[in-house]
Amino acid sequence: MQWSGRMTRTLTILGLESSCDDTAAAVVRQTDDEQAQILSSIVFGQTELHSAFGGVVPEIAARAHAEKLDVSVKQALTEAGVGLHDLDAIAVTAGPGLIGGVISGVMCAKGIAAGTGLPLVGVNHLAGHALTPRLTDGVAYPYLMLLVSGGHCQFLIARGPESFTRLGSTIDDAPGEAFDKTARLLGLQQPGGPSVQAEAENGDPNRYRFPRPLLDRPDCNLSFSGLKTALMRMRDQVVGEKGGLTRQDRADLCAGFQAAIVDVLREKTARAIRLYLEENPACPTVAVAGGVAANSAIRAALKQVCADNGARFLAPPLSLCTDNAAMIAYAGLERFKSGARDGMELGARPRWPLDQSSPAMLGSGKKGAKA
Amino acid sequence: MLPGPLSLTLHSPEDTADFARNLGALLVPGDCLLLEGEIGAGKTHFARSLIQSLQDMPEDVPSPTFTLVQFYETTAGELWHTDLYRLSALEEITELGLEDAFNTAICLVEWPDRLAELTPAHALRLVFATVPGDLDTRTLSLNWSDPKWTPRLNEVLND
Repeated sequence: MQWSGRMTRTLTILGLESSCDDTAAAVVRQTDDEQAQILSSIVFGQTELHSAFGGVVPEIAARAHAEKLDVSVKQALTEAGVGLHDLDAIAVTAGPGLIGGVISGVMCAKGIAAGTGLPLVGVNHLAGHALTPRLTDGVAYPYLMLLVSGGHCQFLIARGPESFTRLGSTIDDAPGEAFDKTARLLGLQQPGGPSVQAEAENGDPNRYRFPRPLLDRPDCNLSFSGLKTALMRMRDQVVGEKGGLTRQDRADLCAGFQAAIVDVLREKTARAIRLYLEENPACPTVAVAGGVAANSAIRAALKQVCADNGARFLAPPLSLCTDNAAMIAYAGLERFKSGARDGMELGARPRWPLDQSSPAMLGSGKKGAKA
Repeated sequence: MLPGPLSLTLHSPEDTADFARNLGALLVPGDCLLLEGEIGAGKTHFARSLIQSLQDMPEDVPSPTFTLVQFYETTAGELWHTDLYRLSALEEITELGLEDAFNTAICLVEWPDRLAELTPAHALRLVFATVPGDLDTRTLSLNWSDPKWTPRLNEVLND
């Protein structure tokens, strides 16, 4: 911690993230309550394209994460121009996610904390995403957050670094997964997000009509599983009639599918905004995070629904929407400022819902995947 | 005693859920169900119905495609719901810890073809298929070589 003559306080946090397909490290700094700065943000291995839509190559091996973590931390510190002695705390994703990866990150963070004497702060991966609008734009609580990615789809009201209310979520597949599976069913390239979007741009969204699941229910829950089944049937029907799919058929199927996703997200977002506005936030803000936010049709629809409801719409840059360690460092920084510290007993939680506490799976006598 | 293999027609998603609940009620740690079928054939719907029927407080059962494995504490013991679609090498299955789980947990495995020689011999194989022109119906064929499944399936089907 640095105290200057004017009694300002600067905090510098190293963040580690290895809960999903990527391994990442970053350094974030904040002076008092000024806008936080990302001094470095390293995402090891995967291309931006892959990570944008949930990744196609899972990194399961805890060993591989461990090796990449060392390299990532070193590079993050070098690019930030800081040494370990300049840090105030180590923040690490402690879940939810693939257990091998989470354990690697937690062990690496514990090692650095033990070696340097720095405090350790465990972070919920989803809280990292949910706090990103504060990292990038200094948004004030409470704001409405839509997390929409390969593995997640939920509406949250963020009230504090550890205080979230879930208004609704997918009851089955996440939209990113629906895009990937649609691409698979139509023989398009993975990841499915960009390839389905590209096809949809040349298609007629009205030729094939797909269901809008759960729109008949008044809540904010979503369902995307039935959409892929409907798409498969439509494909089989066209193939059955004509013996194959033309380019135009494929484009129209993609356009119809994307239109259904957009409609569902638009309508459920409108409902979530109305619930959020009941709280009378001074400056209503709706933010989106997750790789699916890169889809331009979805982004345009969300922007419009925010404008219609008098809320500000915020979409952080894609590199901070997808998995990264800057968000973990920042979420750790907020927890650190609120006085939170974790000891060497910090456990990895494969399941860790944001809006409720659930016990750590490891450290409570339960055995997870090999670490 | 029923001979295997066995074919069933499930006329609706509710039918599938009923079958999942009835079979789920007989599962114990060390049991493994291999769930096969094309995208949209109903594998995850079956798994979700089964898992939720074994929970005191039914919680979310998200698709495991992205996370590879989801763990649950159930009234019947620890349960692993896994989707191997994104895996490409056998070592990855070992890394996930699945081989141990086959003996210590209830395992529901989607895309089990990835298991190759690691496929547990004691598993029950369920193959789901859609029916052309019928939106809701699924056919389900069951295959097993471990005799433990015969009386259990008898019980489920005579219910």
